[in-house]
Amino acid sequence: MIFEGLSEKLQGTFKKLKGKGKLSEKDVKSAMREVKLALLEADVSYKVVKDFIKKVTERAVGHEVLESLTPGQQVIKIVNEELTNLMGNTQSKIMFSSKPPTIILLVGLQGAGKTTTGGKLGAQLKKLGKRPLLVACDVYRPAAIKQLHVVGEKLDIPVFSMGDKVSPVNIAKAGIEHGKKYGNDVVIIDTAGRLHIDERLMDELKDIKSEVRPHEIMLVVDAMTGQDAVNVADTFNSELGIDGIILTKLDGDTRGGAALSVRAVTGKPIKYIGMGEKLTDLEPFYPDRLASRILGM
Amino acid sequence: KIYTKVDEEFLEELEEILIVSDVGMSTTMEIIDKLRSEIKTRKISDTEEVKAVLKDIMEELLTTSKDNDLNISPSPAIIIVIGVNGVGKTTSIGKIAYNVKASGKKVLLAAGDTFRAAAIDQLKIWGERVGVNVIHQQEGSDPAAIIYDAIQAAKARKTDVLICDTAGRLHNKRNLMNELGKVFKIINREYPEARKEVLLVLDATTGQNAIQQAKTFKEVADITGIVLTKLDGTAKGGVILGVTSELDIPVKFVGVGEGIQDLQPFNPKDFVEALLSDN
Ligand SMILES: Nc1nc2c(ncn2[C@@H]2O[C@H](COP(=O)(O)OP(=O)(O)OP(=O)(O)O)[C@@H](O)[C@H]2O)c(=O)[nH]1
Ligand SMILES: Nc1nc2c(ncn2[C@@H]2O[C@H](COP(=O)(O)OP(=O)(O)OP(=O)(O)O)[C@@H](O)[C@H]2O)c(=O)[nH]1
Ligand SMILES: [K+]
Ligand SMILES: [Mg+2]
Ligand SMILES: [Mg+2]
Repeated sequence: MIFEGLSEKLQGTFKKLKGKGKLSEKDVKSAMREVKLALLEADVSYKVVKDFIKKVTERAVGHEVLESLTPGQQVIKIVNEELTNLMGNTQSKIMFSSKPPTIILLVGLQGAGKTTTGGKLGAQLKKLGKRPLLVACDVYRPAAIKQLHVVGEKLDIPVFSMGDKVSPVNIAKAGIEHGKKYGNDVVIIDTAGRLHIDERLMDELKDIKSEVRPHEIMLVVDAMTGQDAVNVADTFNSELGIDGIILTKLDGDTRGGAALSVRAVTGKPIKYIGMGEKLTDLEPFYPDRLASRILGM
Repeated sequence: KIYTKVDEEFLEELEEILIVSDVGMSTTMEIIDKLRSEIKTRKISDTEEVKAVLKDIMEELLTTSKDNDLNISPSPAIIIVIGVNGVGKTTSIGKIAYNVKASGKKVLLAAGDTFRAAAIDQLKIWGERVGVNVIHQQEGSDPAAIIYDAIQAAKARKTDVLICDTAGRLHNKRNLMNELGKVFKIINREYPEARKEVLLVLDATTGQNAIQQAKTFKEVADITGIVLTKLDGTAKGGVILGVTSELDIPVKFVGVGEGIQDLQPFNPKDFVEALLSDN
């Protein structure tokens, strides 16, 4: 990566300033150029970067250059704080309904990792003593239902399906009835991948939402997503209303700037991150860790 | 906004368009620098003319020293499809098989993804749709063994084109990349007479990581072409400019949907046009 070690770079930029009283606008500007490049190289949305740089510049200009720290480290500190802020300060969890079953709807683009993540979530909740049910509402992708069944079998979690000739809305409704009858306190609904601009399929999700009233609508986003992440997240959020985000494939070497984009554009928390293909590879999300990763530190 | 003057503001606007299309900082700078010097030497003052020059520069980056067509004649040929998780490998195989079969060739598929849940069933459904056979074993078996079987079957059945699916793998996973190396060893040993196409599938929604993907896959595989999928969305796939120009690998197909016919030959001119159009 070109901007690996941004920290070092900024140290260089600020070396000359050691012993100076306050950071001037000019000092900060040249440092911000490096930060801007680093964020764009990490795939953070162009607009998000612009707003962010403005904010950090305002905070950093006039900042005291403390003796103990180099000015570079201070700016890095401010950048990191603001990034962490932007990504949400605390790690969020699933909100369980006081009236079970808690209904979780997984949505997102094709291939983002919904079906796998559904299994992973189920496994985690099962560990917490819950009795999850997986519901197969992807009637389009070849062998999607089979995939969920295989996942369920591996985890010993029941899977509800009605084949691919029934509408996803009806499958979702029947799945919840089934869950209620068999004492499942969490129902996780897997849906087909779809483009945010596909009106018919976005309407289908709206119908599922209005019929089953999910407690958590989770947008599953591939961490490698580039500038399009804002369009996707913004559209899913404004059309459907999402409650949280799950970022997948962070076991790769992507810097994961999409995290910042989706969070900034929706204001919704990132709740989990996917760290591998195995059904145990789901972790809680820590904003500060991802902030450092995005900066390449 | 309509620009009439070739000034800094106009160039910045172009720069922004490239960045939000995932062209990436370094390739964008390279393009804008070239554009600046063209504007200067050719004394261009018309914004439309600048755009035309920009398109030329971009098309140039997309042009490699290699062929954009699939090289599968004369028979036999083998196509191996590789890439990270969920980019569209299996679906693209279905579409390619459909096209190759339609051109009058005998096609066979190999279910080399033995890891992902129901990956074999997914390919079998594509096989049925296209009307071609699929060589497979059960989940969890050795992918190299399946490829071996498939090559023997292809020889015995006088197949023109054997297309092999592989499991999605992140390029930074050493062991999985080594597993792929083993598959290529088998192919080279067992099927030296076959023409070989190694297609790397990249998802147009992917940002700068696609460059790293291409670089790392190239270390274990002689990639002959790229399939750029999911261009039917709002993502522009601009990262491909950096990939083709840095690695000299041609894009052979683009994926524009989930249907069997949603595969098109890559056309640099159309691609650049779409990238620069407002949405
Ligand atoms: N390395 C890695 N791979 C993942 C992760 N999550 C999912 N995958 C892989 O990504 C690919 C796609 O995952 P799926 O769960 O099928 O994705 P999906 O969103 O359900 O796909 P569609 O139903 O086709 O839209 C599979 O190969 C998964 O194994 C992750 O966190 N890390
Ligand atoms: N919109 C759109 N979706 C596509 C395209 N190509 C593939 N898909 C979808 O993307 C998802 C993943 O496709 P797959 O073919 O399973 O991807 P893969 O690379 O084989 O995935 P793994 O084997 O899990 O690594 C599926 O839902 C496909 O229908 C495309 O060009 N456009
Ligand atoms: K597009
Ligand atoms: Mg799925
Ligand atoms: Mg596949």
